[in-house]
Amino acid sequence: MKTVIEIDNLCKDYMVGFWRPKPQRALNNLSLQVNEGEIFGFLGGNGAGKTTTLKILMTLMFPTSGSAKILGKSIDDLEMRKQIGYLPEAPYFYDYLTAKEFLDYCGKIFGLSNDARNRRINELLKLVDLDFAADRQLRKFSKGMLQRIGIAQALVNDPKIVFMDEPMSGLDPIGRREVREIIRSLREQGKTIFFSTHILSDVEVLCDRVAILRKGDLAGYGKLSELEGSRDATMEISVQGISNENLPHFCAKAQKVVQTASGLQIQIPDQSHIDEILLLVRKYDGKIISINPVKTALEDFFVKEKTSSLTKQALV
Amino acid sequence: MNTILVIAQNTFRESVRDKVLYNLLFFAVLLVASSLIIGELSLNQEKLIIPRMGLSVMLFFGGLIAIFIGTGLVYKEIDKRTIYAMLAKPIGRGEFILGKFFGLGLTLLVNCLVMLSGILLSYAILSYNTDGSVAIAWALIPAGYLIFLQLLLIVAIGLLFSSFSSPALSITLSIIIYIIGSLSKDLPVFAQTIPFIITKYLALFLYYILPNFSNFNYITYVAQGNMIPLNDILTVTLYAVIYTTLLLVATIAIFQKRNFK
Repeated sequence: MKTVIEIDNLCKDYMVGFWRPKPQRALNNLSLQVNEGEIFGFLGGNGAGKTTTLKILMTLMFPTSGSAKILGKSIDDLEMRKQIGYLPEAPYFYDYLTAKEFLDYCGKIFGLSNDARNRRINELLKLVDLDFAADRQLRKFSKGMLQRIGIAQALVNDPKIVFMDEPMSGLDPIGRREVREIIRSLREQGKTIFFSTHILSDVEVLCDRVAILRKGDLAGYGKLSELEGSRDATMEISVQGISNENLPHFCAKAQKVVQTASGLQIQIPDQSHIDEILLLVRKYDGKIISINPVKTALEDFFVKEKTSSLTKQALV
Repeated sequence: MNTILVIAQNTFRESVRDKVLYNLLFFAVLLVASSLIIGELSLNQEKLIIPRMGLSVMLFFGGLIAIFIGTGLVYKEIDKRTIYAMLAKPIGRGEFILGKFFGLGLTLLVNCLVMLSGILLSYAILSYNTDGSVAIAWALIPAGYLIFLQLLLIVAIGLLFSSFSSPALSITLSIIIYIIGSLSKDLPVFAQTIPFIITKYLALFLYYILPNFSNFNYITYVAQGNMIPLNDILTVTLYAVIYTTLLLVATIAIFQKRNFK
């Protein structure tokens, strides 16, 4: 499979402090590769280094050290830039322009002819469902509409690779589903999508592979299923009919026991403890209502001291 | 080249849709028109009053547009984050700066033309059938052209400051440079009269390094019925082109190295 994005030992230091500025590392030796035609998720909490990486790839920032290539070319190659699209985080565009004028301006920068621009603008406005607002100034757009016009401008040149920084942020559930559909349809057209997010559910339904950043370090890299496998499968058991005097028996075996209006919610670290809890429930005349795996929140994954077994290993 | 043109067109469109510009233009036209009344009251001095007042208003309001819009041209793009999506496209940073410069230059050209037309119209109304009025009218055009060159130079100064500082600081610095630059021709004389060696060399240093805006000022000369010599026009044009180019090169060099956090 052809590699279209290559990041090699990328580091970025920010100078912090006014009188005696000291370097603070935002990105530490990041190396990864993205293959042609895949949806690649770039995960991390706030301040993990996702936007910094994307800004370096878009030459909005310069790396302290390391290098990156897109489509085999240096990232500052202007010819290569004709083949990529970029949606910035929380995008904001020229608010004095209408949606159509803005896309036309972007098309002109790529040197598209009048006919090609008109055709493309109509296609894109339909794709992002903004054809009803084609002649509306961007200052009158809602946050979700700006996000969608942002996606349209990233696609105006029919790019081979689309970079998206938090494409689902600020969108309502319907908007998020629509953006997911757009990303899927782009993949069907053979495009490569590299998007950053901190929302695990978006990644689960979309991505072929992911990279997870934690405080500038690559904490995990590979297929999501394998990364998920490395996470502890915490279980939650809901039971009824346990009297208060028997609670200490459960507390001794469980990670956490919460009393709710409908009974008890018992959390255990993994599946191996299920039988013990079931025996206790039977012993004290309780009733099992449900047993559910609790997906470890992404934040929990980040705060873990030890990174997964896949740390810094490419699992292609 | 195409990219610079596209950015310039968009910058021009931005200025045209900017309400601040219309406010300034409105007051400028109002002041030019008021010169009609002042001219009437000036007892046969309208030949002197209208060109003087008209060209001064053109320079003052043009200067305001050049400084206030010029210093905000790049900063606004960074502050509003519109620059992120644009620089990720096949746009060189130098092309971006030049596009912005020429876009505002086009806006100033249109402004100058509107105001010059207003001055000529006022002049034509008041000085009709007056001796020598046609000669002064013709002389107003090259004087207006030199004001336009001066405004381009001010835009380039504003752009340079805005490439590394905030709009408030850029505006302050641009105004200071303009004031010192306008008094520049007096600096060597001033230097000769100062006994302190450091101040003397500072005055001379400022004289050589800062743009000499008095080179562009032919307002009084034209109002007295003189035609600006072609040689002067060419020399000042060359001076403006060289100085503006140097400023733009410095701006681009700073902008090339800038990180957009």
